[in-house]
Amino acid sequence: MSRITMQSASSTQNMVVAAQTAHFDTPLTLKSGAVLDSYDLVYETYGTLNADASNAILVCHALSGNHHVAGVYEASDKKPGWWDNMVGAGKPIDTDRFFVIGLNNLGGCHGSTGPKSINPATGHAYGAAFPLVTVEDWVASQARLADKLGIRQFAAIMGGSLGGMQVLHWSIAYPERVRHCLVIASAPKLTAQNIAFNDVARQAILTDPDFHGGDYYQHDTYPRRGLRLARMLGHITYLSDDVMGSKFGRILRQGGFNYGYDVDFEIESYLRYQGDKFADSFDANTYLLMTKALDYFDPTHTAPEAGLSAALAPAQAAFLVISFTTDWRFAPERSREIVKALLDNGQQVSYAEIVSKHGHDAFLMPDAHYHALVRAYMERVSG
Amino acid sequence: MIRQDFKTIADWVPVRAKVLDLGCGDGKLLKHLQDTKQAHAYGVELSDANVLACVQNGVNVIQRDLEAGLSEFANDSFDYVVLSQTLQAMHHTEAILREMLRVAHAGIVTFPNFGYWKNRLQVIRGHMPVSTDIPYQWYDTPNVHLCTMHDFEALCAKLDIRICERVVMTAGKRVHFMQNLAGSLAVYRFERN
Repeated sequence: MSRITMQSASSTQNMVVAAQTAHFDTPLTLKSGAVLDSYDLVYETYGTLNADASNAILVCHALSGNHHVAGVYEASDKKPGWWDNMVGAGKPIDTDRFFVIGLNNLGGCHGSTGPKSINPATGHAYGAAFPLVTVEDWVASQARLADKLGIRQFAAIMGGSLGGMQVLHWSIAYPERVRHCLVIASAPKLTAQNIAFNDVARQAILTDPDFHGGDYYQHDTYPRRGLRLARMLGHITYLSDDVMGSKFGRILRQGGFNYGYDVDFEIESYLRYQGDKFADSFDANTYLLMTKALDYFDPTHTAPEAGLSAALAPAQAAFLVISFTTDWRFAPERSREIVKALLDNGQQVSYAEIVSKHGHDAFLMPDAHYHALVRAYMERVSG
Repeated sequence: MIRQDFKTIADWVPVRAKVLDLGCGDGKLLKHLQDTKQAHAYGVELSDANVLACVQNGVNVIQRDLEAGLSEFANDSFDYVVLSQTLQAMHHTEAILREMLRVAHAGIVTFPNFGYWKNRLQVIRGHMPVSTDIPYQWYDTPNVHLCTMHDFEALCAKLDIRICERVVMTAGKRVHFMQNLAGSLAVYRFERN
């Protein structure tokens, strides 16, 4: 069992951080019934945990995210963590005041135990044998990480998109362990249209001849084409029609038509580039698993007639719910369902609908009003 | 500094009441009700700047256009619904009054009294009134439905709304006589009949 050390990141412009690994030997029974006998979770922390461990904030990542939320690994790194505009010294989630934790969820491909990890029972990569994990399983594993770090109760748990679903589940599963929930660009459950997009993405991977039923590691292949297509499709849905129009329009790469199937339009070039970049850095099995976790999440699953209000009734936290006007993948109406359920229960909730042209991706963008709201809310969290 | 109608509203709201403030602005009334009455309160506000101010003031706020109704709020989910200095800026005046008494048994409305003598005088002199309570030029005003106290009471009668209490003020002082002429700001408490 590795020892947990609290590492405090320095409050400089380019916070230099390091990832850590927590090992768990207590078996985790997953929602599917499968059991993970042992597993690792990779995580990073920023800021300093105070004496009574009351200033901890957990950041839950979305589909393709990971534990590297903020800062850089070396001063010379060009690209900081994925939510570096939100988390850091003097930023809306101010690491001078809060102890922030980012982790890679189970099933991930950035160091936490997942399909490409070695299965201790076989000595090979899990591949297809890695069990499907759900939002509920992630939250359970995150709670164990919190136990290891000595955090009884989080000051706040926050996340966008799939991350927001984890936040919702935290509030239901461990009501006494979270004081504030920030649910951003999320939904209480996916719509049929959303599941449909996910399945097309999965089909692209599953039907790639290099997929080998998920055991491509043994075959020394990689379903690159499938993952690339899946990401291209995803990208279309993360952007708004508006922003695609203003950014790319019908701009041609070489000024004229090529009368062929190579890149004519800038948007094609952009999507292919995004697909390539992603296919080089992400694991296809993890992508499959994460999209399935999205599809499965539904707090009303066991009692659909009782509705979301009943599902959220156990929550004791105060909520800040944020949506973005042009987000059609996780539209404002879906956030308002969450707000309505909380209002039905008389729970503490504030809701803001941010005007943005950036679609679903807006939650990762440094919008001044959005950041001011989070900053203001964090005053309440610390107060 | 507490706005003059806020004190009256706070007097009417019982301790630990569930209160919804429509068009809550920067959330000062909500904060006052939270601090003095331990109210369980939410505001509804459309403007980004005001939503931010509410969060800064530590009150619950839901960003929404009141003209679209109050569908997030269940029937009888509040003790009081407040509409302070917002009625005159609403397009759907009747709809919002009905919505108020759907989500709560009782409502409080405050508005600038167009019947106030100084307003009438300006009209007689040939101008639209500009005053402390109606501080806008006619071409640059959010107000679309200004009314006198008589007008408001007639609408309540039409909508089967029972007026329980009425406080009228001018420059922060209570007015008791000839209120529709001497009062610049009207505050009403009403209930479903």
